[in-house]
Amino acid sequence: MTSANSHQRSPLLTAYAALVFAFIYLPIVVLIAYSFNRDGVGGFPPRHFTLDWYRQLFSDSAIWDSVINSLLVAAASVALSLTLGLLAALALDRASFPGKALFRRLVLLPLILPGIITGLSLLMFAVFAGMQLSLLTVFLGHGTALISVATTELFAGLQKLDRAQEEASLDLGATPWQTFWRVTLPSLKLSLIAAGLLIFTLSMDEIAVTFFLIGRDNTLPLEIWGRLRRGITPEINAISTLIFAASVALIVIWYRLRARTVGAQAQELLEHP
Amino acid sequence: MYSRAYKAVISAPPLLWVCLFLLLPYAIMFAHSFWLVRDGFLVHQWNLQNYRALFSNPLYFQVFLRTARIAASVTLCSLLLGYPLAYYLSFHAGPRKELLYQLVIVPLWVSYLVRGYAWKTILGSDGVLNGFLQYLHITHEPVSFFLYSPFAVVLMLTHIYTPFVFLPIYAALEHIPRPLVEASQDLGADRRATFLRVILPLSIPGLLAGATFAFVLSLGDFLAPLLVGGPSATMIANIVQSLFGAAYDWPLGAAISVCILLITVSLLFTTERLEKRWSFK
Repeated sequence: MTSANSHQRSPLLTAYAALVFAFIYLPIVVLIAYSFNRDGVGGFPPRHFTLDWYRQLFSDSAIWDSVINSLLVAAASVALSLTLGLLAALALDRASFPGKALFRRLVLLPLILPGIITGLSLLMFAVFAGMQLSLLTVFLGHGTALISVATTELFAGLQKLDRAQEEASLDLGATPWQTFWRVTLPSLKLSLIAAGLLIFTLSMDEIAVTFFLIGRDNTLPLEIWGRLRRGITPEINAISTLIFAASVALIVIWYRLRARTVGAQAQELLEHP
Repeated sequence: MYSRAYKAVISAPPLLWVCLFLLLPYAIMFAHSFWLVRDGFLVHQWNLQNYRALFSNPLYFQVFLRTARIAASVTLCSLLLGYPLAYYLSFHAGPRKELLYQLVIVPLWVSYLVRGYAWKTILGSDGVLNGFLQYLHITHEPVSFFLYSPFAVVLMLTHIYTPFVFLPIYAALEHIPRPLVEASQDLGADRRATFLRVILPLSIPGLLAGATFAFVLSLGDFLAPLLVGGPSATMIANIVQSLFGAAYDWPLGAAISVCILLITVSLLFTTERLEKRWSFK
């Protein structure tokens, strides 16, 4: 019964799926290929291999300043949205208070709302509160919008959690605080890492919200955006290729971690059934 | 099993944060939409002028219609690409399923801006596509209409949202109990009938979720028109963005934003109800 319909031959569908994959990957392949093209972006085929664009990129201090700004904002956003997202997920899972349904919708709203709405409402808030636009306002925007991602991911993790372990911990005399640190948090490790990585990449990449909240210091996407307005240069292909490589590296790390954690859990289960 | 203190400690911080940095900003935006600008200054005088301007000036309606058309095209194209892909992976990919699934996920991690930029370099008049066409001697001069058109915006956004549409559909297809499909085949339905009468109806909630996502996010996009769209593809969010920039009329911009927000929320609400109706329990 297992593979009665999982192996049906269907050449037409297979070909169509291959085409969709080609469509998804075509721009990425083109982007990477032309980052090594001496004659710049355009023309076909790319003829002369060069690393000049990467050399130029590495001596471009404005780009690297913006990379540092982006890393700072991303790291701070991960810390903020993981903390608040964890509390929000716990609250949705186990507390009841008036307006809980509204709270759930509100927290998750930035996930599906166009970035311009989140960005503009926070811009008006910042002006209203008399705040200067800076990396701090950008962080506020990213951190707040990405609580939605953390909450979704961690709420899913909590649903899979075995409540009996927490109950046992409390029954055996641990305080709720100890139970939280020694039972709840460790069992959420995988969801926390997944949410953290996702929030980090989303923040590194964010442009629609950042657009309205940025001060004098640029994040990487806004630095690239500013250069695009002046024209196309293969230097942008080079930095994009590096971003792509970094994203793929993060995904690989995540799978390694997951495989190891799942493996360790399985082993533990075998040893102490 | 959890004490009241515990519940208060977990609920209070996110509740306060969300009220201060989400609810209050929305409220301020809502308030702005009822104010006005006089002689280049924001005046806190309550009035309905902005909404009246929105409904009386046909320009806004035209741009809004174009935006809805572009968003609908993006949704349709993403479904046409994403659904068959999800169906293939779920029912026909065999042992390569996991690997192919990861291959769909990877581009999700690649920057929106980077992918938009890639399309710009492909479609431009001295871009890669033109170089390719001339290399094959299909054209002899650069073709300029690829870039800076609504078509380019639809292409770019479809590329971005196809994986997003794929995900919920794939999840829905994976949740279909396989014995149902086998029962349908055992009872004599051919593959087409099985798809139309068993698989498709059961995947409607996933399809709706993906479609809503693509539609709503395309509806509020302002970067794709700036990047590859040009003036003929100006969307509603571009108007908002210029009202908050050079055109300096925050109240009118806020009024349009409130409309986008209301449309989004009502669409989400409708989808949620439809999903419930179609979900298989």
